[in-house]
Amino acid sequence: MGKMSGAEAILECLKLEGVEIIFGLPGGVLLPLYDAIYDSDIRHILVRHEQAAAHAADGYARATGRVGVCLATSGPGATNLVTGIATAYMDSVPMVAMTGQVPTNLIGRDAFQEADITGITMPVTKHSYLVKDAKEIPRVFREAFYIARTGRPGPVLIDLPRDVTADEVEFKYPEINLPGYSPNLKVHHLQIRKAAKALMEAERPVIYVGGGVKYSDGHRELLRLSEKIKAPVTTTLMGIGCFPEDHPLSLGMLGMHGTKYANYAVQEADLILAVGARFDDRVTGKVASFAPQARVIHVDVDPAEIGKNVRVDIPVVGDAKSALTELAKAVEDKPWSPWNDKISGWKGEHPLGYAKDSETIKPQAVLETLYELCPEAVIVTEVGQNQMWAAQFFTHKDPRRFISSGGLGTMGYGFPAAIGAKLGCPDADVFDIAGDGSFQMNIQELATAVVNEVAVKVIILNNGVLGMVRQWQDLFYEKRFSSTTLHRVPDFVKVAEAYGALGLRATKPSELEGVLKEAIDSEVVTVVDVIISPDEKVSPMVPAGASLSEILELERADQPGTTRKAYAGSAAAEILELEG
Amino acid sequence: MLHTIALIVENRPGVLVRIAGLFSRRGFNIDSLTVGATDNPDYSRMTITVDGDEVVLEQVTKQLNKLINVIRVSELDPAESVERELAMIKVAAKKEDRSEIMQIVSVFRAKIIDVSPRSMIIEVTGSQDKVEAMVRLLRQFGIKEMARTGKVSMIRGAKVVNP
Repeated sequence: MGKMSGAEAILECLKLEGVEIIFGLPGGVLLPLYDAIYDSDIRHILVRHEQAAAHAADGYARATGRVGVCLATSGPGATNLVTGIATAYMDSVPMVAMTGQVPTNLIGRDAFQEADITGITMPVTKHSYLVKDAKEIPRVFREAFYIARTGRPGPVLIDLPRDVTADEVEFKYPEINLPGYSPNLKVHHLQIRKAAKALMEAERPVIYVGGGVKYSDGHRELLRLSEKIKAPVTTTLMGIGCFPEDHPLSLGMLGMHGTKYANYAVQEADLILAVGARFDDRVTGKVASFAPQARVIHVDVDPAEIGKNVRVDIPVVGDAKSALTELAKAVEDKPWSPWNDKISGWKGEHPLGYAKDSETIKPQAVLETLYELCPEAVIVTEVGQNQMWAAQFFTHKDPRRFISSGGLGTMGYGFPAAIGAKLGCPDADVFDIAGDGSFQMNIQELATAVVNEVAVKVIILNNGVLGMVRQWQDLFYEKRFSSTTLHRVPDFVKVAEAYGALGLRATKPSELEGVLKEAIDSEVVTVVDVIISPDEKVSPMVPAGASLSEILELERADQPGTTRKAYAGSAAAEILELEG
Repeated sequence: MLHTIALIVENRPGVLVRIAGLFSRRGFNIDSLTVGATDNPDYSRMTITVDGDEVVLEQVTKQLNKLINVIRVSELDPAESVERELAMIKVAAKKEDRSEIMQIVSVFRAKIIDVSPRSMIIEVTGSQDKVEAMVRLLRQFGIKEMARTGKVSMIRGAKVVNP
């Protein structure tokens, strides 16, 4: 391939890895690299804040399944990426984050814009590299992309000192040689046999799936297994879309804001088959009383997840898709059972719902209407109430069409991630379901979207408050709303217009459908300001630290007082008193 | 409960930080950690003593295995391995105490490697129990300074922990 500069070698590596797009913002030490980017075919999206570069790369990766790539300069540029890297790490998103670094001879001398970014990001990366010699570039990039996308995916950081990007290098793309890294994808047959036997014997099985099924593209195999043995399926927030929610065997989401019937099913199950999920505290509630009657089969590509939070009876290390394929082969057809009837009963008795209102727009209705108008939409969310309503009231049927920061819960994630998702899937209708709080955390990216003509649609469920924290203050802190009121500032329609986007507003239920239609039909970046009540709550809810059995239906904005009544006499009342 | 883990790691900058960081981040307790060369210059060997029950040990082992620079992780069963630690102890040695100190040194098959008018440095090698016992006995004279290497450990017989 011949001699080239370090910067050219980097771009050659990106090309060989199939990278089409990178998100970044330049800086002093990146001048050689950006000079090479100037001549490159790789599309560079200039963001307005580096955090958005990381989130956009993340959204792109989640929507497409490819490795997302972001780039930031040394010091503050690099530290601005950290939240985005941590977000990707918690949700196992394949990403390569490149950072500029001061020249090697200045490292450690507190040089201008120097930060020890490999040190800072060590706990939130799958692996990281500080490249000290241009010769290492091909090997490091090859390894970084391989590590990022294989096994349990995750972010890998490459720190690139300025001189390394300017030095000359003889380019040769090496073979992977990583003696300390061999992800175990193939499942063990004996464990599959044991798991299949347990599934056949179980009278009350529940399949609980997380993001691992999405990342391994195992949703079809999941459907086959579930239908064969008539096992109901519940998903985590990360697993949403892996099982069609309009399917009779779907339980929807479980956990803190999951459906009552999913939580009841888990609590009464005699067998839990967990696939690509990690028993997060938002899912299990009080761990000691999680699924008390159930044996647990845990399938995960990361052996360290097995047995980390709950006791596991049958561990299966391996890729979710191959495990589901093997399991579906190993089991025999089972008929619809009394357990299935019982669950149908719960679904009938405790559906997700909300009080309809002719005066104010209900956030739940926004999601339901959006689903009716645009069922194929890619839904990206911010974090908080908007995220939970989006999870609950849009009917999710496909993996990779629900994109949300689950583990880290990063406010400000949704909008830049939606830009990344739209660039990865240009034909999709991409919506960012936002709150007025989280949207303001990366609102500057309106410029990125407008300039690059990335026609994402932002739907702000505008309640003028930091709604989820306020909900907890309402329930557990005697309505002392400390620092959660934002006063519906700014005027989002004017902000949108100032950036050159289309701004729309709905204040009454009668306006909702028309405004949403206009947004869907719009071919430009669109911000829809939907005015909702600050008192609207996410329901049902398992109070923090309570068992899933203690899931509560919360007070509805139009029915004051119901919450307190629901609490009285329940085991959760004790927890409320403790917290209060 | 203490467990001894032998690690083979790539001999690269930053590897020790990754391992130490993993322990602090996940809340595992390191009792001792040693690191040194192996016969192959590309790899180093670490011996880590971890405090915790079986569940903790399993998590430690699995999390260490996830680090890209970690090549091998083996728990060493104390019944089937030999372990040694080296300690240097600078002890106050007044004229009247010297002969007693020298007797203790001789009983423990330790060595006096430096003598000055008011102190001596004693070198002792052995199991942690032996080093502890020696330290306890010397305390009566006044320990001025102590440096211990931490434990290194190896499986008895033909079995090896190599890259």
